[in-house]
Amino acid sequence: MNSFPISDYLAIVIFVFCLAATVGGALLAVLTARIIRSVCGLMICCIGLAGLYYFLHSPFLALMEILIYVGAVCVTIVFAVMLAEPDEPAREERSGAAILWGTVALTVGAAICWGLSRLSLQGQWTAPAAKVTDGSVKAIGVSLLTTYSMAFELISLVLLVAIIGALVIARTGRSKA
Amino acid sequence: MNLLRAYEQADIYLVVAAFLLAAGVYGLIRRRTLIGMLISGELIFSASSLNIMALNCFYVPDPTVGQVFALFVMGLAAAEVAIVLSIIIAVYRNYRSIKTRELSELNG
Repeated sequence: MNSFPISDYLAIVIFVFCLAATVGGALLAVLTARIIRSVCGLMICCIGLAGLYYFLHSPFLALMEILIYVGAVCVTIVFAVMLAEPDEPAREERSGAAILWGTVALTVGAAICWGLSRLSLQGQWTAPAAKVTDGSVKAIGVSLLTTYSMAFELISLVLLVAIIGALVIARTGRSKA
Repeated sequence: MNLLRAYEQADIYLVVAAFLLAAGVYGLIRRRTLIGMLISGELIFSASSLNIMALNCFYVPDPTVGQVFALFVMGLAAAEVAIVLSIIIAVYRNYRSIKTRELSELNG
């Protein structure tokens, strides 16, 4: 038994907090009209996700989630928000098409959520008899440099091509303007 | 089912991943600007990562596989954001707008 009984409650409180941050952030990201609030929702969602990754025994992924998503992706989107003026246009007054598309989107979303939840809750998952590795940072590094070295090199190539492509695309418009 | 140990069961993570995917698809249909659609796409990427990580932690003999896969998903998401944002900037320079309704003409 645990020598410090409060720690059980502490862990479940932190877990619920991470869950609430993920779900609430996702709702904020898709439901608000101002784009900057939507980006903030994405940030909150990613921080909650990092907490969930920590509960899934992968602190390295939690660190990378905060570093890449909150630190790089969201900040880049904020830059784009400052360069363009992306606020959602004011809703048309109760037009038929808007209501129709809202209903379609809500139906599709609810169907996906319900179907996938049902599938994953009813699936006959079998736990493995024994773990081969412990999933530590050392094990990740070893497998990145041995088994997945080709994919590791290819992803760096993809990132390089993405950087050059972004520069080229953003530059051609500039010379005309 | 012990509620105090809820974080040691895969079900909650899988349901949250399904919810994230549904929220992303809802936003992708509902949003009317390009950046809003990009944010919804990021939510879908996060959903796939969380799903893979949950299955990886509970049902896979080698827990490094899913972590490496999630790392690659993050790298691809970062590359995608760089490309999409540069396209958005280029589109905004040409049209002075990034509302999807007004981007309806092709021009070479």
